[in-house]
Amino acid sequence: MTSLYDEVQAAPAPGVVTRRVTIKVNGDDRTVDVEPRLLLAHLLRQGLKMTGTHSGCDSSNCGACVILFDGRPIKSCTMLAVQADGHSLETVEGLASASELHPIQEGFKEEHGLHCGFCTPGMMLAAKALLDKNNDPTEDEIRWALSGNLCRCTGYQNIVKSVLWAAKKMRAESN
Amino acid sequence: MALDEIKIGGLGASRRRVEDNRFIRGKGNYIDDIVLPGMLHMEILRSPVAHARIKSIDVSKAYDIPGVRLVLTGEMMAARNLAWMPTLSYDTQAVLATDKVRFQGQEVAAVIADDPYIAKDACEAIVVEYEQLPAIVNPMQAMAADSVVIRDDKENQPGNKVFDWEIGDKAATDKAFADADVISKMELHYPRSHPSPMETCGSIADFDRATGKLTVYMTSQAPHIVRAAVAMVAELPEHMIRIVSPDLGGGFGNKVPIYPGYVVSILASILTERPVKWIEDKTGNLISTGFGRDVYLQGELALRKDGKMLGMRMKTISDHGAFYADAQPSKFKIGLMHSTFACYDIPAAHLESVGYYTNKAPGGVAYRCSFRVTEAMFFQERMVHAAANDLGMDQAEFRRMNLVKDDMFPYRTAFGFLTDSGQYGKCLDIGMKAIGYSTYKAEQAEARKRGKLLGIGISTMTEPLGAGNSREYDILGIKMFDSAELRVHMTGKAILRTGAMNQGQGHQTTWAQIVAHELGIPADDVTVEEGDTDTAPFGMGTYASRSTPVAGAAVAMVSRKIRAKARKIAAHLLEVSEEDIEWELGRFYVRSNKERGVTIQDCALAAYSNMPDGMEPGLENNAYYDPPNLTWPFAAYFVKVEVDAETGVWDVLKVVAVDDCGVRINPMVVEGQIMGGLTEAYAMASMQYQTYDSEGNCIGANYMDYLLPTAWETPGFELHEVVTPCPHHPIGAKGVGECATVAGPAAFVNAVIDAVGHTGVRNIDMPMMPNRVYEALTTGKDISGMPPVKMGD
Repeated sequence: MTSLYDEVQAAPAPGVVTRRVTIKVNGDDRTVDVEPRLLLAHLLRQGLKMTGTHSGCDSSNCGACVILFDGRPIKSCTMLAVQADGHSLETVEGLASASELHPIQEGFKEEHGLHCGFCTPGMMLAAKALLDKNNDPTEDEIRWALSGNLCRCTGYQNIVKSVLWAAKKMRAESN
Repeated sequence: MALDEIKIGGLGASRRRVEDNRFIRGKGNYIDDIVLPGMLHMEILRSPVAHARIKSIDVSKAYDIPGVRLVLTGEMMAARNLAWMPTLSYDTQAVLATDKVRFQGQEVAAVIADDPYIAKDACEAIVVEYEQLPAIVNPMQAMAADSVVIRDDKENQPGNKVFDWEIGDKAATDKAFADADVISKMELHYPRSHPSPMETCGSIADFDRATGKLTVYMTSQAPHIVRAAVAMVAELPEHMIRIVSPDLGGGFGNKVPIYPGYVVSILASILTERPVKWIEDKTGNLISTGFGRDVYLQGELALRKDGKMLGMRMKTISDHGAFYADAQPSKFKIGLMHSTFACYDIPAAHLESVGYYTNKAPGGVAYRCSFRVTEAMFFQERMVHAAANDLGMDQAEFRRMNLVKDDMFPYRTAFGFLTDSGQYGKCLDIGMKAIGYSTYKAEQAEARKRGKLLGIGISTMTEPLGAGNSREYDILGIKMFDSAELRVHMTGKAILRTGAMNQGQGHQTTWAQIVAHELGIPADDVTVEEGDTDTAPFGMGTYASRSTPVAGAAVAMVSRKIRAKARKIAAHLLEVSEEDIEWELGRFYVRSNKERGVTIQDCALAAYSNMPDGMEPGLENNAYYDPPNLTWPFAAYFVKVEVDAETGVWDVLKVVAVDDCGVRINPMVVEGQIMGGLTEAYAMASMQYQTYDSEGNCIGANYMDYLLPTAWETPGFELHEVVTPCPHHPIGAKGVGECATVAGPAAFVNAVIDAVGHTGVRNIDMPMMPNRVYEALTTGKDISGMPPVKMGD
């Protein structure tokens, strides 16, 4: 191994200190050797080839890298991969099942909640964290829950509508 | 039976977006998602200082780090004649610095390594010795006689001046001012702002030694211009260069210029014979790439005492940073600044513009606007607001009196533009009704008694979009036409390619709707591709709201060429002469017997299987569209605010937007564009700006210092629609992507000024941060220029 992350089969290069971690990602246990300084977002994107989680600002401001960490939304650009050892992560790749989209994904499409799409995975996961706790949020509750995620394209109004659309569908499904 | 246009996803359908299917699954394909076999990673070392001579660069310690493959410096670029590159405005820009660094963040060296972390480590191991020079951080310093010359690399460079330009009729304007009853003046500063798309810039250069082919994946809004520039700068044959723009995570003008990182990655790939990926970090993007605005705007209006505008003159002093890297049509040194006051009937006007180099990041780009029209319309609407107050006239009525009337089109503006259509008064009426204008004055007076400060701001404008016709518009000599290529397969499905480049506007969805409208092929049956110069026809790319006015027109025109050929096929299939054939959506029929007809899909199959004798097989064509004129959408924005007198905090109570962008292809997408634009307008009015301290350190180099509004601060928007079709565009569309960013800021500022106007305050420059509003309120004085930067002890 000459690089920062590898599936366990590869041996580390001489002098490269690594640590073996096991992380549950979208329900699957993944065991990888990582350099201790590797950021979690980079492990997901480059190591595990799940590029739906985006790196936007590298300073926990923009939220493009938001994933769920044991169900809580966190910014994976400022967390080390080793900190996720033994924890459970959910990324945008885990939102849809093989056959159907999550209501949040449907809501974003129905209400035109995205333009360039770069902030969208983080937005959807921040929204999921909210809706998992509260499936009937007010507009203000949605705006507050998404206030750690920046979008430069939409002006947020349609994102709010997308989350309201999803909440409605999730309520209907839970009845 | 003709098809139902909405059902097939034609014009006017709020068709859900095709591109969303991949984005909502996290399956977009942005530059950093692309991985090529054997790919190396590049990191750029940037200058920590704004102005300095480079005394030495020692890269030896970088090579000591395992995994480092190559370190490039300016000297190595110079040996290959690549240390400098041309900008899109006939200036030169350093690729990697050789003699001096001229702004903080300038590219000094690059490391190519096995891994991005290693490349970053190695950058820190490079030792550069700088001899610091005084930093020039604004045009006033730059124009001083004793100022240090920033561009001493250029021969015959007169001080720090970039250009001196004027347009309009000076004598007629002077006369208008001599005849005026009232002269109203305004001085403003439009602060520097960075477009800051969520995704930064990046590239992957892949030079294949065996074939000689260079493929570059890059974040470009205009990939064909890049191909032409690479052919000229790197002296590679154009057919051996392939530029691919993948999904772009926003652009807003920031991804129009050609940046040093792209060029360095290309050379790195040629030297290493490996693909080389460069992904800019957020700070690199904010401190080195194309900014917008940074202009001082001064001017005055000559008025008759009844309120009629007689003349306008304006002077701009613009800051271009270290290199004149504006992206704009070459005839116009300060973009389309002279479109100011285009919606008003004003007989005489004159504009003088001077540009200066400073030790700041190079630019400026058309940040979500059609080349400096944001500054033009901001000045216009702040000037109009002040003039109405000076005359003691109502804001709306003063505008109504001077707006170009419906029956005056086509209307030649004092600067020579030809506006061709609009219903300005109607838009004003709709907005006034929606914001509650008729009862507002009483409401404001009543609220004041309770210590509440209410304000309404109006901004009306027409914006020149769709550059542009080949007589006047070119970039580096290349005319600003655009293109489309349409191939209909034998089963009636089709692929469309254009020379535009989507970055969130939804071209994959909306271009197919134009094809559906013209041919009756359901939009779902049309694949849209853009951004790959090996397959897409040559086009000038997407910026300045030019996609729909130019490339969109090309899509309509190529569809019509296809229909013309299909008509011949239909005549053959129906065994009648072409003159006896009629068209309705999706179908040709015999005039004398409407039941006898063939669908467009029948014609497509026949084009491959049963064409008339002598006809060339197949059903495909292309169109290059050279627009006869610019398009002129109109917008009227109304903002209502409440200012807290004790803190200077202002809350937005209501935003009403009335947009006339002509025919709407996809109303859902149009409204999305307007809301996005309004948010950037709110951002600029309230918090979003970049400044520099006296040493040239950029303040606003990350998202902790460069404030962008979140869902929490951003107000809601109420949208209204007026449709006046463009008379010369094939489907009557005018473009809309930028109207709200252009005209919006003045509406917010006018609203706050209206709320605090009783104190005598005439202007608060953006950003209207609470402390600035509070200071204005408590002192009754104007707040001008950038917020001051506190320097360390």
